[in-house]
Amino acid sequence: MQASRDDFIIAIRSAFLKKETQQTFSLFGLITFSLILLILGSFNFKIINYIKIVVKEGVYRSSLIVSVPEKFIENTYLITKRHFTFYDQYKKEKIELETLRAKDLLNEFTITENNRLKIIIDDYLVKTNETIAKILIDKQSPFSRSVIVNKGSKNNIKLGMVVLDSEYLVGKVVEVNYITSRILLLSDFNSKIPVSIEPSGIQSILSGSGKDDAIIQYLKEDYIIEDNAVVYTSGSGGLFKAGIPIGKIKNLDLDEERSVKFFSDFSQLRFVKILSYEEAKKKAKEKIKLEAQKQSKIKTEKLKKTKEDAELRAQKIKKLEAEYEIKLKAEEESRLKAEEVSRLKAEENLALNIEKQKIFKDLELKYSPNCKKTFFNKLYKVGTSEYKNCILNKGTKIVR
Amino acid sequence: MSKITKQSLVRKILLNAPIILLFISVLNDFDFNYLATNYFSFNFVYILIFYCGLKKNLNLGYGLIFIAGIINDTVTNLPIGLSSLLYLIICVSAAYLRTITLRPSLFNDLIYFLLTILVVNSLSYTVLTLIFSISLEYRDLLINVFFTFLLYFVFAHLFRFYERIILRKSDV
Repeated sequence: MQASRDDFIIAIRSAFLKKETQQTFSLFGLITFSLILLILGSFNFKIINYIKIVVKEGVYRSSLIVSVPEKFIENTYLITKRHFTFYDQYKKEKIELETLRAKDLLNEFTITENNRLKIIIDDYLVKTNETIAKILIDKQSPFSRSVIVNKGSKNNIKLGMVVLDSEYLVGKVVEVNYITSRILLLSDFNSKIPVSIEPSGIQSILSGSGKDDAIIQYLKEDYIIEDNAVVYTSGSGGLFKAGIPIGKIKNLDLDEERSVKFFSDFSQLRFVKILSYEEAKKKAKEKIKLEAQKQSKIKTEKLKKTKEDAELRAQKIKKLEAEYEIKLKAEEESRLKAEEVSRLKAEENLALNIEKQKIFKDLELKYSPNCKKTFFNKLYKVGTSEYKNCILNKGTKIVR
Repeated sequence: MSKITKQSLVRKILLNAPIILLFISVLNDFDFNYLATNYFSFNFVYILIFYCGLKKNLNLGYGLIFIAGIINDTVTNLPIGLSSLLYLIICVSAAYLRTITLRPSLFNDLIYFLLTILVVNSLSYTVLTLIFSISLEYRDLLINVFFTFLLYFVFAHLFRFYERIILRKSDV
């Protein structure tokens, strides 16, 4: 007995702690690490949340790539299947379209009247922040029925936003990452939304079954629900707008639980609309406020621009004036300089003339007889330029 | 030359096939854990990990199993660390069985595998419902355990066939 217990302990120790040749980590270490992750995750630790965000962004993209071959096969199968039923479907839908067109005309008046009345009681909601998103991953598991879409907080997606497939309700946003988000489908086990069953107007809760349908819960047995009654959102709780179609009650006789078949096929989702609803009046008020803000902003900007223009013009004028002044100053300076130069030149000429006259007088005394005109010679008359030249040339040469 | 490279590439792929299979299983949209049919589902990853844990020849590291668990948690929106823990518990169980077994038999492996997945799924159910308040359909889980147990027999034969191919190739 003792020996077998020892064997057991040795085997367990070997399995847990012994790191085999091919293994980089011991099992004990990794199990401890997983437990730490799990415990910290249950307490919503910040570090774990950051790790989750990083891992999610990477894993969702990788999953998309890995799923490409499978998606291709699935799409090919669906296209082929649709191709074979194409003609029958066309005939059926043509008849249906005619009926619906007639119904639509009748409905239009009722819808307009209903909207008008809802505006009066402040219950008319309008769509806001509508975004189209592509389904990246729709891996379903027994634990969760959710899909990943390619829009996140970067595209203004917020927690709790409504998700529609054309006009049918599909689910709501339960997790927002930077570029991806997770949508909890109505069929998820944990999805519970308030609904209204029409035409009787019974209020109830729709709970996901974890399969392809949902169940009507918390309803007394004595309420009579017709087969094929349509289930809409009731709008209670304020999360969803009232009147979004969800599905039809099915097989009342066969099923004890009142199950609902969704209008939208969740396994065929490719693109979905993510949006939120807001009260029309509130939105209108906000619109007016936004418009006023926009107008005042435009006015302020205009004023600012005018002010800036004026400042710019003033600066330009100042600049031109400064330039003109500099020009004037330069002209004045050059004029003064020219005057100074001419004055100096005149003074120099004067000095030269005086010097010349002095030299002339000295030379005249000496050489006057050689140049002066007398009765006996034919020289030059005193005072003429020829006489002057003769004196300056010392009476020998005459320069003409 | 190119023939040799081609052969070595094929050999590499064959040797790492369990790793490739494991990561494709956790990353792919398609999940054996959730098939469209109402009363049929099985956990392929449990079978793969248990079988590889039993055989020393198959290349599947504990670190990679841990990462695969983290990826599975992310894709299926489970609390991070849960799948890793479950996968590693299967590894412990397989390693223990390998240590105590002198003469391997498929029947013993099967019984032991059933016990292991029952323990693992009970743990998963307890953690999810009690700690994280995530509702689970107990019936679905039992169906999953039942078919995983039955299909282990089929997959064990397939893996044995694959093992034989690998051993022959690596001998060469």
